Amino acid sequence: MANIIMFTILAVVILGSALLCVTTTRIMRAATFMLFVLFGVAGIYFLLDYTFLGAAQISVYAGGVTMIYVFAIQLVSKRTLQGMVEKIKTSRIVGNSLVCLISLLVVSAILLKAGLVSNFSAVADTELTMKQIGTALVGSDKYEYVLPFEFISLFLLACIIGGLVVSRKEESK
Amino acid sequence: MVPVECYFALSALLFFIGVYGFVTRRNLIAMLISVELVLNAVDINFAAINRLLYPNGMEGMFMTLFVIGVAAAESAVAIAIIINVYRNFRSDNVDAITNLKR
Repeated sequence: MANIIMFTILAVVILGSALLCVTTTRIMRAATFMLFVLFGVAGIYFLLDYTFLGAAQISVYAGGVTMIYVFAIQLVSKRTLQGMVEKIKTSRIVGNSLVCLISLLVVSAILLKAGLVSNFSAVADTELTMKQIGTALVGSDKYEYVLPFEFISLFLLACIIGGLVVSRKEESK
Repeated sequence: MVPVECYFALSALLFFIGVYGFVTRRNLIAMLISVELVLNAVDINFAAINRLLYPNGMEGMFMTLFVIGVAAAESAVAIAIIINVYRNFRSDNVDAITNLKR
């Protein structure tokens, strides 16, 4: 029962913040509402007993990615911050929301037809230990993940270099 | 316990809110924020399926973990590109960017 109440609160926070995030015309507010969405999703992970995932979500997304966005907004759109709002055509809003609603209905129909059955009651209400996660992350057996782990470290290095190269100021000749 | 359909409904709603934002907004940073919403919706789906339907595996959890890492890298590169675009075109609106190179 407590889980259902927590889930309802988190769902309301996530969906409300997401709606405000895509409808507000000021970019800084959109970034702030995205922060609320990220915290709500971290709460969902805690609710699912994925404590490590929730901590990673808060530290990487809420701590890192949101900071990058705030920096970019401060660097890029000073006029937007000072009260100039984005103009969106009403016809575009109506058309796009109709398309999204239709797609949502199709997806909901598919989900209802699939009729998935949860077997949550079969397992004990325990969280994954850090030891299990660490062993699976750097093991090389079946269902262990050393290859994506190494790949993502190379990928992050490439992204650091790529970001530096792209955002470097070109020297005036 | 919260039934798994509730997580699916939450994830589907968040996904289509993100899609709506992506196709409606015309500001580069706002579009990127909408992409983050979509990625979070997918993450919720992975974690919920792993926990509630296949509780003995860890695939969904690791998928979510790697998605978080890739999303951080992706947004860093995208922000670098946006700053460069703003420097060259003096605008962060997608309709203003018509040339690949000045």
